[in-house]
Amino acid sequence: MKKRNSILAAVLVVSSLFISLNVSAQDHRNGPPPKGDRKGPPRGNHNPEQTKTLEEIGGYKIGDTATDFKLKNVDGKFFSMADLKGAKGYIVVFTCNGCPFSKMYEDRLIALHTAYASKGYSVIAINPNVSENNERESFEAMQERAAEKKFPFVYLADEGQKITPLYGAVRTPHVFLLDKAKKVQYIGTIDDNPKHAEDVKIKYLENAINALENGEKPTPNFTKAIGCPVKPNK
Amino acid sequence: MKLPLLIFSFLFAAVCHGQATATKALKSTNADINNSIAVYSFEELEPLLTSDSNKTFLINFWAMWCAPCVKELPILQAYEKEHPNVEVLLVSLDFPEDIETKLKPFLKKKGITSKVIVLDAPNANSWIDKIDPNWSGAIPFTIVFNAKNRAYYERAFEDVEDLKNEIKKTIKNK
Repeated sequence: MKKRNSILAAVLVVSSLFISLNVSAQDHRNGPPPKGDRKGPPRGNHNPEQTKTLEEIGGYKIGDTATDFKLKNVDGKFFSMADLKGAKGYIVVFTCNGCPFSKMYEDRLIALHTAYASKGYSVIAINPNVSENNERESFEAMQERAAEKKFPFVYLADEGQKITPLYGAVRTPHVFLLDKAKKVQYIGTIDDNPKHAEDVKIKYLENAINALENGEKPTPNFTKAIGCPVKPNK
Repeated sequence: MKLPLLIFSFLFAAVCHGQATATKALKSTNADINNSIAVYSFEELEPLLTSDSNKTFLINFWAMWCAPCVKELPILQAYEKEHPNVEVLLVSLDFPEDIETKLKPFLKKKGITSKVIVLDAPNANSWIDKIDPNWSGAIPFTIVFNAKNRAYYERAFEDVEDLKNEIKKTIKNK
């Protein structure tokens, strides 16, 4: 028993060493400034520069009327929002085959469509990265992915990126929720945890759909997320 | 009973020490720099985004799954080799569980010796604006700064010349 105690003591000494090392490591990294007193990331003070602002990227803002389109679906037929008779809104999602973030959200998009299509809100997935030169993002690859996952929604190819820049989709997945009149009511991400659906705390998109359903404006109506960049069409 | 425990505590000490040195971060350019890759929360990353020193810092947000990011890494690496006084930090948005199996082999294969940390902060909507309100969330994304000046780039640098010019513009002429 005594021996055990001495070993325990040794472990304790070692752990306290670890803690002190860690503390010094923290100090080394400038240390977080006390709350309410933080300087940065500095804004205003010294002319931050940016190559391309969100405004310059362009695309729709909340309240803009989104354009309809005629894009090829994975079933080979062309699809327009006008084809959805009696729609109360449109869940336009720019997504693709290869992006890990897109993949992580596939099942959640299927669930959303399943829950809301009958209420008048269908998911419309658009691949901005479709390219015959990229085997992961070719039209055939899209067809395969749609079949594998049994997408209950349309999965459209924006060949030549005619629609993507109009919306201003810059990453995948990037959601644009339109109301009945195709006015943009929510732009952003699906929820607050791409990787772990079970740990999601805020369902931004679903909340926004419910707001529309209740005749209210979504709050927030604009969110950001890390995603794969939409590959500019060259 | 005693021996395994002793071995365990020594191992424990070694591992802890390794982690502590890793979090010290941002130093040296040797090939072993990414033997241990630390996982940061946003709150832990935030203090690294500003500095009072005269040094120039370059912080690049990237991930293995981001093709333009991967293409850009050798440019950042080449710049760092030419300018050892500039502190380069690569903030990977890859998954923490991929560090051993994917990230380390990837860095080794690509010969990346710039300092890498992994940012594990799921609710990106809560922190993207704190870094830069103009950032859409797409990567690669780079911040160049010193104590006085700062610039953001939501794009990949085309080559080392491009990066050099931008850094000069940001740091020198103000």
